[in-house]
Amino acid sequence: MTLGTWFALGIALVLAGEFVRALRRRGLRQGGGGERWRRFFRHRTTSWGLGILTFLVIVAVAAPLIAPFDPNRQLDIVHLKNQPPSWTFLFGTDVLSRDVWSRAVYGARVSLGIGALGALMAVSLGTLVGAIAGYYQRWIDAVLMRGVDVGLALPRIFILLMAVALWDGLPFAALVIAIGLTSWFGTSRLVRAEVLSLRQQDFVVAARALGVQTGRIIFRHVLPNAAAPIIVSAALGVGNVLLLEASLSFLGIGIKPPDPTWGNMIADNAPSIYSAPWSTIVPGLAIALVVMSLNAVADGVQDALDPHEREPV
Amino acid sequence: MTVAAWLLRRVLASVAIVFAVVTFVFILIHIAPGKPCGGQNEIVDPAVCDEVNRQLGFDRPILEQYGLYVLALARGDLGYSFSLHRPVRDAIAETIPFTLQLAGAALVLDFALGLALGIYQARRANRLPDVIIANITLFVYSLPTFWLALLLLLVFGEKLAWFPVGGPNNPVLCPVIDSAFCLADRFWHLILPATTLGLVGAAGTARFQRAAMLAVASQDYIRTARAKGAPERRVVLHHQLRNALLSFITRFGLALPFLLTGAVLIETIFAWPGMGRLAFEAILTRDYPLVTATALIASTMVVAGNLVADLLLGVADPRLRVRTASDLDVVTA
Repeated sequence: MTLGTWFALGIALVLAGEFVRALRRRGLRQGGGGERWRRFFRHRTTSWGLGILTFLVIVAVAAPLIAPFDPNRQLDIVHLKNQPPSWTFLFGTDVLSRDVWSRAVYGARVSLGIGALGALMAVSLGTLVGAIAGYYQRWIDAVLMRGVDVGLALPRIFILLMAVALWDGLPFAALVIAIGLTSWFGTSRLVRAEVLSLRQQDFVVAARALGVQTGRIIFRHVLPNAAAPIIVSAALGVGNVLLLEASLSFLGIGIKPPDPTWGNMIADNAPSIYSAPWSTIVPGLAIALVVMSLNAVADGVQDALDPHEREPV
Repeated sequence: MTVAAWLLRRVLASVAIVFAVVTFVFILIHIAPGKPCGGQNEIVDPAVCDEVNRQLGFDRPILEQYGLYVLALARGDLGYSFSLHRPVRDAIAETIPFTLQLAGAALVLDFALGLALGIYQARRANRLPDVIIANITLFVYSLPTFWLALLLLLVFGEKLAWFPVGGPNNPVLCPVIDSAFCLADRFWHLILPATTLGLVGAAGTARFQRAAMLAVASQDYIRTARAKGAPERRVVLHHQLRNALLSFITRFGLALPFLLTGAVLIETIFAWPGMGRLAFEAILTRDYPLVTATALIASTMVVAGNLVADLLLGVADPRLRVRTASDLDVVTA
């Protein structure tokens, strides 16, 4: 770690903290949304989660500034492998003498990227299918929902293992698509249930009576009112996809080495966990930190947007 | 609709779902490039490989293969595993006890600990004990299970050496369970993998149960129960918990298949010869019949879990019994 990387790290921390503080101030000042924002920030864990996520996104974006070493460079395979954490190597070095801190920082790019893209795809698909099924009902609903029943019964990890193992050398994009295509079933059920009840409401009936186009009704009138389950399943989805990618990488069939992801870092270093535990512990903690923050933010969103839940007695 | 008619409809729908899953997996595995014999890493004479693939029937049109498979399936024949050189049915039957032991132990820990924590937290909502437990469960719930498994192995298997680091039993002293000592040996081997799965599950259950208890806590009938002077214990256990159990049952139905098939990584790490590991190895060796059969069993577990949960919901909540099946779908969605 050089002075420059410490400095960059400090700036990232301050930026993340300021971002959350500014958001909080702005949200609380607003007139109409004040109550929602207050409930969103009611739990301290939610603010922390948001701050940690912001920090990690900044780290991922500014990886070249924050990582002191090339993540894939084997510094000195003879003398510098499995070094314990020190001021030079903040989280030690791994079995191939690569800097664990630098790999974790660059790994954030791939891991967070897969998580965000996979979840985005899954939630978009799920929302679309759920909205169509719930709004049009009749045979469209029946066909789509029977399909979702089958999708929910698919052993997802086996399907992904099959896809990745059988089609050798699957590119990054294909992995994201495969994950997205197998992760939307739950969301579509939630959205459908929400749309089913919303379409009976007066404002939707009124919009229909006024002759508003169906697509516009769905996207402008119905879906914004179903935002809570969609946002929550998006937040939880990112964490799930992240864990899924880590599991696949751990089984040796995720992102190909030497590019680091948190999952394949655990996989690469697990055999030497007894002599050099740091190189396995760090990426695992990073995953846990992200998933935990996402869960905390999802709790906050649920609290803020869910009309059914009031303050506990 | 009578219960019998509802049950029949649900069972038929479940069979259809499982059949669709099997078909999907069958198609996926057959359109994948390559044949069981003759992968790019193998050093087998291509002529020999062609002969092997021909004998196994993989040179025939996919529709014909599918037809033959379905016909065999209808007779209860799961096929022959060519990587293990034995019938698929035997290979799977051998792993099921191990999977059930692991899943059962994990499930007990999951729900016993999770329910207790969730109820305790709801009783002290937003006070210090609740906040502390909530933060711990949030953390544990977010851990990658395979990473937790590695850490538990590191600490309790290697450093402290309290528990064995893998396998279902001591291969020298207890190759088969034939004495009380060997039974204890099995439990001893079971503790680490079951704790890994159970702890993460329990954290989720606790979070879930706390929310369910609190959602019920503000209902009118709870206030009524308190107002009429029912003892606190009865209010919590009889009025609050019983109503909060509905969502718990749904969760139980969802957890059942996950514990059986989602344990691929845990079974791999702890060298536990269960179904998840069998499925993983089957995929790696391109053992088509074995892969399809494990998918069949996994999806059967999912639909069975849903069905059991719906039946239990009817037992727990009389209001759900008189409804029709389509309403039940909405309730469990």
